[in-house]
Amino acid sequence: MAHTELRWTRKHLLSLQELSADELNFVLDTAKAFKEVSTRSIKKVPALRGRVVVNTFFEDSTRTRTSFQLAAQRLSADVIDFSEKGSSVSKGETLIDTARTIEAMGVDIIILRHPAAGSADLLARTVKCSVINAGDGAHEHPTQGLLDLYTIRERFGRIEGLKVAIVGDIVNSRVARSNLWGLTKLGAEVYLVGPPTLLPRSFEQLGARVVHRFDDIVGQMDVINMLRVQFERIKSSQFPTVREFTHLFGLNHERFARCKKDVFIMHPGPMNRGIEISSAIADGPQSGILAQVSNGLAVRMAVLYLVTHL
Amino acid sequence: MATLLIQHGMILDPASHTQRVADLLIRDGKIAAIGEKLDRADQTLDASGCYVTPGLIDVHVHFREPGDEEEETIASGAAAAVAGGFTTVCCMPNTKPALDNEAQIEFVLRESRLAGLANVYPIGAITKGRNGLELAEMASMQARGAVAFSDDGVGVADASVMRKALQYAKMLDTVLMQHCEEPSLSGGAMHAGMESTMLGLPGIPAEAEQLMIARDLLLNRSIGCRYHVQHISTAWSVELIRRAKNDGQSVTAEVSPHHLLLSDSSCRSYDTNFKMNPPLRTEMDIRACIDGVKDGTIDILATDHAPHLAEEKELEFQSAPFGIISIECALPLYIKALIEPGHISWMRLIEMMTSSSARIAKLSKGTLAIGADADVTVIDPKRAWKIEAQRLVSKSRNCPFDGWDITGRAIATIVGGEIKWRLSPPASHSS
Repeated sequence: MAHTELRWTRKHLLSLQELSADELNFVLDTAKAFKEVSTRSIKKVPALRGRVVVNTFFEDSTRTRTSFQLAAQRLSADVIDFSEKGSSVSKGETLIDTARTIEAMGVDIIILRHPAAGSADLLARTVKCSVINAGDGAHEHPTQGLLDLYTIRERFGRIEGLKVAIVGDIVNSRVARSNLWGLTKLGAEVYLVGPPTLLPRSFEQLGARVVHRFDDIVGQMDVINMLRVQFERIKSSQFPTVREFTHLFGLNHERFARCKKDVFIMHPGPMNRGIEISSAIADGPQSGILAQVSNGLAVRMAVLYLVTHL
Repeated sequence: MATLLIQHGMILDPASHTQRVADLLIRDGKIAAIGEKLDRADQTLDASGCYVTPGLIDVHVHFREPGDEEEETIASGAAAAVAGGFTTVCCMPNTKPALDNEAQIEFVLRESRLAGLANVYPIGAITKGRNGLELAEMASMQARGAVAFSDDGVGVADASVMRKALQYAKMLDTVLMQHCEEPSLSGGAMHAGMESTMLGLPGIPAEAEQLMIARDLLLNRSIGCRYHVQHISTAWSVELIRRAKNDGQSVTAEVSPHHLLLSDSSCRSYDTNFKMNPPLRTEMDIRACIDGVKDGTIDILATDHAPHLAEEKELEFQSAPFGIISIECALPLYIKALIEPGHISWMRLIEMMTSSSARIAKLSKGTLAIGADADVTVIDPKRAWKIEAQRLVSKSRNCPFDGWDITGRAIATIVGGEIKWRLSPPASHSS
């Protein structure tokens, strides 16, 4: 299926930090094969027939949850949805007990979205089935990182040597961390952009370039990945107003005009149109935002397939 | 008259600068004689190849009673203490309810007497309910036996309350022990730095500790209360105290084993047995704390033994409680951190775990002087063993040192002339 010689050995997907460059490429190659499935008239393969996948989401999510659900269905798996509301969690059950209970029903893969960093690691240590991290607090969102890598590679034919900016609330962003690991391992230069209150210098020790003035670098970037502005950060004084944030770090027409001609614009969604990104740019020809969503499906099919076919 | 003779050990008594091979005779719970060819005794204990030291003292433990008896009790904590070579411990008042009145102080002392193991002395709360707002009845608690005061678990955040506490404690000539953490800078789960950035966990910056130390030192300049910094953890904290001491200020400090042996990179596995407050810091902070021990900036070695149930700790990192246990392995951990690399001598190590601790809490302990209470620890410095959390005497298992191979152990712990802990000799390796 994939051209790399590598043999996949991971039962869980917890982070991109733990993957090697070869493993990253292997997932991307596998995803490419699955993307072809979506172009068929019958968009279903039997790879996970008889397997049970549980979407376990402790946080609101539209695209990740739906994307995983559809990915599992296209692989012919049985998919169950577990949500916090109306479950035993609201009665005080711990994450581990909830997971053990779900596992006892004979589950092959738990897909976990949880507000606490490290919750996927905790689960993987506890249960016997596979665990896929669908976002754990501010730690990682590995499938988002993979779909971003896939989309960039699809656009440029490579990742090595590209200059990629990730802009916004970096410190609270799992997307930024997964992108940082994936991109640096595959040879891109990563520029993190935001105010110091949302972007500590310690990111430099993780291999990023830390930039507080977007205008200084905007013209050199091949890819600009705009993160969602989280309004609740205003209350904790991490930035004063949306207006000032937009002025300094938004992707508006003036900034866009100074970008490279073939700049590629990304956003993990959901977008605040007119705040971190202007509508015309988000919907324009340079935008990869919808490609990200469709590639997400292929990447998640690949991940579901790999962790169950060791 | 009950007598006990400890034979052939290396007597190590920092209070009298004694270091020589001799016998030690205990009669009726007191040190009776040190020398050769002493009287025969009812009971003898061979200490050949061992150090015979004053009983170890730990001024910082959490025994959870009243309130969280599932985690530890005064009796179970005292049993763990003697298993670690400690004859005297001071328990922190962050119980439920807090030790903030005479009745609670008497309760701890009574439970300690009933357990009849280590001496457990209570530390009273500085403020009522440890709420940081109103002073607790320190004088009344002191009269009943509180040996020091602290709101440990939190610092006294309000500067005005802290100033009054320092003034009041000065009147009583007692020691205020501060958990230094400025709350408005805190709220995280681990040290704020590269590791927390990587793990996506909220950080507790080093400045949270330093700010409160600096503030308290300023407040105390004109007051001169006996002020003690608990569980110091950052490089600049050490430097602040070093400068204050050079200035002649009345300040002492303690460190815990984990802050000399573990760095924040241990949190990478999200294992909550590496979550405590203050958090594990960086390698640079560890080096600074060791330097502080070497040059006397840090006066004593404590444990901050903080038991928690497995089910409390088996949580997401940011939801789990702070705290780890170490009283049963603190001595070998300190040997590993300080003796094995050659940072300090055995005499200095024992001083920092006995006479200096007694001086800070004004305990008539920590000496092998003739007539002193016969609290004695016999330490085999060559005894190699493995820390196994499942086999600890404590009721809890939250020990980050589980599985470590270490050297040195208390083989006998004597409190008031009675052997409260005796380790059998190592099993023969012949097969």
